[in-house]
Amino acid sequence: MSRLLPLFAFLLLVGLFGFGIWWNTQHDQHEIVSPLIDKPAPAFSLPVLGEPTRTVDKASLLGKPYFLNVFASWCIECVHEHPMLMTDVKQLGLPIVGFNYKDDPQAATAWLAEHGNPFDVIVADRDGRTGIDFGVYAAPETFLVDAKGVIRYKRIGPITPEVLDKEIRPALAALAKEAP
Amino acid sequence: MRRALVWLILCLLPVLAFAQAIQPLPFRDRAEEVRFQKLSAELRCPMCQNETLADSNAPIAHDLRRQVFEMIQAGKSDDEIKTYLVDRYSQFVLYKPPVEPSTWLLWFGPAVLLAAGALVVAIQVRRRARQAPVSTPANDTEDDW
Repeated sequence: MSRLLPLFAFLLLVGLFGFGIWWNTQHDQHEIVSPLIDKPAPAFSLPVLGEPTRTVDKASLLGKPYFLNVFASWCIECVHEHPMLMTDVKQLGLPIVGFNYKDDPQAATAWLAEHGNPFDVIVADRDGRTGIDFGVYAAPETFLVDAKGVIRYKRIGPITPEVLDKEIRPALAALAKEAP
Repeated sequence: MRRALVWLILCLLPVLAFAQAIQPLPFRDRAEEVRFQKLSAELRCPMCQNETLADSNAPIAHDLRRQVFEMIQAGKSDDEIKTYLVDRYSQFVLYKPPVEPSTWLLWFGPAVLLAAGALVVAIQVRRRARQAPVSTPANDTEDDW
C-alpha cells in the first residue's frame, strides 16, 4: 500500500493540473466579474456625441431596459464586434446606448460613418471618469440595464454569436419573465 | 575628455527614460507623494493584471492614478480610496485581499498544507522509530520510501 502512495500523489497532481487547464479554457483570465451586477447603475450625466449642449443622464433612460455598449475609435476589438451590434443585437429590439469611451469626438464620428451606427443615442465620456464609475477598464464592454436602472449583466470583451445565445438571450428572457 | 562626456551622457539616458514614464502629478509635499506611491503600489491595474497601479502604463491605470491622486487631495483616507475602487472593480484591485470567509483558503491554505505535510512526516518518523528495533536495517531501506 505504501508503495502505491507516490503514484496516488502523482495522480492527484495530474488531476489538479488538468483541472487548472480545463478551468482556464472555460474562464477568461482577463475578465474581472463586476461587483456592480444586480446593483443600480451609477448616476451619470454625459453630453451627447456631436451635440455637446445636450446631455443624457441615468434618469432619462429609466422605464425601459437598454444596452450600454462601451466603444471607441481606438479600440480594435470594437471593429470585430460592430457587425454583431448592427444586426443581431439590434434585432433584439432594445435601445442600444453608445458609450464613447475616452475618444476624440471627430474620430468617433468618422469611425461610425465608416462602420455604421447601431446606437439610439451616444454619450461621450472623454476623460473616462464616468467609465470608472461603471468599472470600465477596456473596450468593448456591454452592460444590460433594466427598466429600473439596475445593471443585470455585463459582457467584457466583444459580443460574439456564442455570447449572444448563451448569455445575453437568457438574461433578456429573465428580464421578460419579471415584467408584468 | 569628450569621450568621457559622451559616456556620461549615455549612462544618464536610462534615467531620463525612467523619468518620462512617470505621470507627473502636482503633489503638495513629499509626504503626500510617498503616501501616493505606497498606495498605488498596493493596488492592481485591472487591465494588465500583473502590474501595480504605480507601474502600469495602461490608459485605465493612468486614469485610476489620477483618481487616487484627486481623492488624496480631497482628504480621503487610504481605506476610503480602496473601498471606492473595490466598489467598482471588485477585490481584484487589492494586491492584499482582506481576511474573510471567501479568502480563508487563500490566506490559510498554505499553512494547512504545511501542517498536513508535517503530520505525515511525524507519523512516518514515529512508525519507523517503532519498527527500527525489530526489523533489520537492510530490509527496511529497500522496502520503504
